[in-house]
Amino acid sequence: MKTAYINARLIDPATEFDAMGSLVVNDNVIEAYGTDIDVAGAAETIDCGGRVLCPGFIDMRAHAVDANSALAGGITTIILQPDQTTTIDTDAVVERIRHRSVDSQIVSVYPMGAATQGMQGQQIAEIGQMQQSGAVGFTDCNHAVADAQVMRRLLEYAGHFDALIVQYAENPELGAGAIAHEGEIATRLGLASAPAAAEAMQIDRDSRLAELTGARLHFALLSSKDGVNAVRAAKERGARVTCSTAPHYLHLNDNAVEGYRTFAKVRPPLRSEEDRLALIAAVADGTIDTLVSDHSPKSADVKRLPFAQAASGIVGFETLLALAMAPVHAGKIDIMTVLKTLTVNPANLLGLPTGTLAAGSFADFVVFDPNKPWRIDADALISSAKNTPFDTLPVQGQVWRTVADGISVFERT
Amino acid sequence: MSKHSTDQSSYPRADVDPPSGKLFPHKHLLGIWGLDPTAIKHLLDVADGYVDLNRQPVKSAPSCAGLTQINLFFENSTRTLMSFEIAGKRLGLDTISMATGNSSIKKGETMLDTAATLNAMHPDVLVMRHGDSGAVKLLAEKMDCAVINAGDGRSEHPTQALLDALTIRRRKGSIHGQTIVISGDVAHSRVARSNIYLLNAMGARVRLVAPPTLLPADVGELGVEVFHHMEAGLKNADVVMMLRLQSERMNGAFLPSLREYYHFWGLTRDKLKAAKDDVLVMHPGPMNRGVEIASDVADDLDRSAIEEQVEMGVAVRMACIDILTKELRQAALTGAGT
Repeated sequence: MKTAYINARLIDPATEFDAMGSLVVNDNVIEAYGTDIDVAGAAETIDCGGRVLCPGFIDMRAHAVDANSALAGGITTIILQPDQTTTIDTDAVVERIRHRSVDSQIVSVYPMGAATQGMQGQQIAEIGQMQQSGAVGFTDCNHAVADAQVMRRLLEYAGHFDALIVQYAENPELGAGAIAHEGEIATRLGLASAPAAAEAMQIDRDSRLAELTGARLHFALLSSKDGVNAVRAAKERGARVTCSTAPHYLHLNDNAVEGYRTFAKVRPPLRSEEDRLALIAAVADGTIDTLVSDHSPKSADVKRLPFAQAASGIVGFETLLALAMAPVHAGKIDIMTVLKTLTVNPANLLGLPTGTLAAGSFADFVVFDPNKPWRIDADALISSAKNTPFDTLPVQGQVWRTVADGISVFERT
Repeated sequence: MSKHSTDQSSYPRADVDPPSGKLFPHKHLLGIWGLDPTAIKHLLDVADGYVDLNRQPVKSAPSCAGLTQINLFFENSTRTLMSFEIAGKRLGLDTISMATGNSSIKKGETMLDTAATLNAMHPDVLVMRHGDSGAVKLLAEKMDCAVINAGDGRSEHPTQALLDALTIRRRKGSIHGQTIVISGDVAHSRVARSNIYLLNAMGARVRLVAPPTLLPADVGELGVEVFHHMEAGLKNADVVMMLRLQSERMNGAFLPSLREYYHFWGLTRDKLKAAKDDVLVMHPGPMNRGVEIASDVADDLDRSAIEEQVEMGVAVRMACIDILTKELRQAALTGAGT
């Protein structure tokens, strides 16, 4: 059965195609897209009303599956982090998650495995077997692999499988116990803090190891200007390094934790305004390769605690697009660059068969209105928890329809 | 030095606000940050009156009789807890002190459950100390009664700053224009933070003197001059406030040794020569003699105000309780009249 999506602004970041036209889906595969597509044979025709149609978003860093929330945010592929109740550090756990994902047929879930056993940073995890079972990358999540020798061997070993290692970019000693960005606000609030240098130091060390071993290395969640500069320098030296950040680092600075607002407590911490602006510039110039939600549902019980005791993390699926579009509307980043960070870039890094509208690829795509104004309402979120610092924030850009595997799985009425 | 007579009827109690508005327009006392100079001055004025009362043979001023005060301390304390308890008792409150060492309220129960439990007991004043910055503010959001912060993490210790200010004002006549040195472990000190905010608000020139490892990041942004050399920092100082050096700072590579710390940053008679002749020496206690302060400086009756600070503590805490329960008491009186 054929379905035609007509009157759409088609954007395929993989080819930088951006024009009005139509897209035809045959069962679960994209048959064709373009300006002059014959849609006569389609059983169903959907008028996109001039909205943007682009590949479904790939969220490279999520701590929970939360499928309906993801689809409402236009995310059709979730990369689940290994910090689950049972740490994902064996092929058995990877297989179980992949099977559950295939059975659900809604949102695609690919796990990342732990880089070291139990994410303890001592013994390399079974990377090869986890990769065979469907793991798309390896990381110790919110722990940087501290030991330089372990890190070196990890990269050497992973290089043999061409597996992507994802490192949390914070020097563990400088970051120990830190819950805020070192600066005037942390000083005034009396919060233990770490400087941005902790991020740059880890990037400097590990990009040297990436050069030494020739392996691929990705730095998760950049939060600082120094971190961005460290990645930029490593890329210029020819190291095979990439990096990501999350929209909240583009949108907030450490003022957000004023008054001990634990809903703005994230790891790494929100940093200065200078850092925020540097991160936006780094997305614009391509230094930052991917945008991730770092979706991390936490109940009010673990958030409404004294700042030091409160859980870190925010829910990000449903606000990912609108927050990523903010610098586009501000004229700081073009829409093609932002959509690359959400589609083709993570697909290429992780080797996924998605992230493009190319004929023959799986029909995972999203239709969104880039200009639609709305107000984020924490209570209206579908996600399993409502921990967002963006409640009541006016934003622009909203998902209208999400199609996964050819099926329309989310429709906004 | 107090300008007030010993006649009890003339004590400037908190009972009357001028027509221009409330002198202390806050429900709680969570910190000095955010208080305007008028509110601070009002607290100090009221406290000044209680100093005289506390020197009488009969120290009772039971204006708050029938009200209940809970002192909830999640961190060990001797002098602050006792000071609040005496303050409450002298004002006639029924005071109950709870140290979590012998209570079921520990980390297992969440802060908000603790608040609900306490709220159900209908206290009128809750005095709280906690090891986490911001914890008292969090609890206060859920409490119906007035909450006084008796120290939270590294954040604030407002009554200590107030008693320090009262000591300075009584000894020096004014806070405005004084050069005041705060020296020691500023990084981990809530006393230093509250003092910086208060002294700045009242127009003092605040200097910090400490080794770089004991100063928090960007502390200059708080409106202070930062020194690392003791002699330079002490030059022409009117007041020196020493902070307690926690012995556990030796383990975190903050300092090489107590001996070296004393050599460079311990307050000795010799270093004190750089300050003005009539310099006032203060310490929030408990002191480490021979670490941050030499015994002969601490015991110098002409310069040391350390015991006086303790005395002012009771008066300041009485003033805080008095002011924060004022509306409650007035409402009760009005209610009884109708």
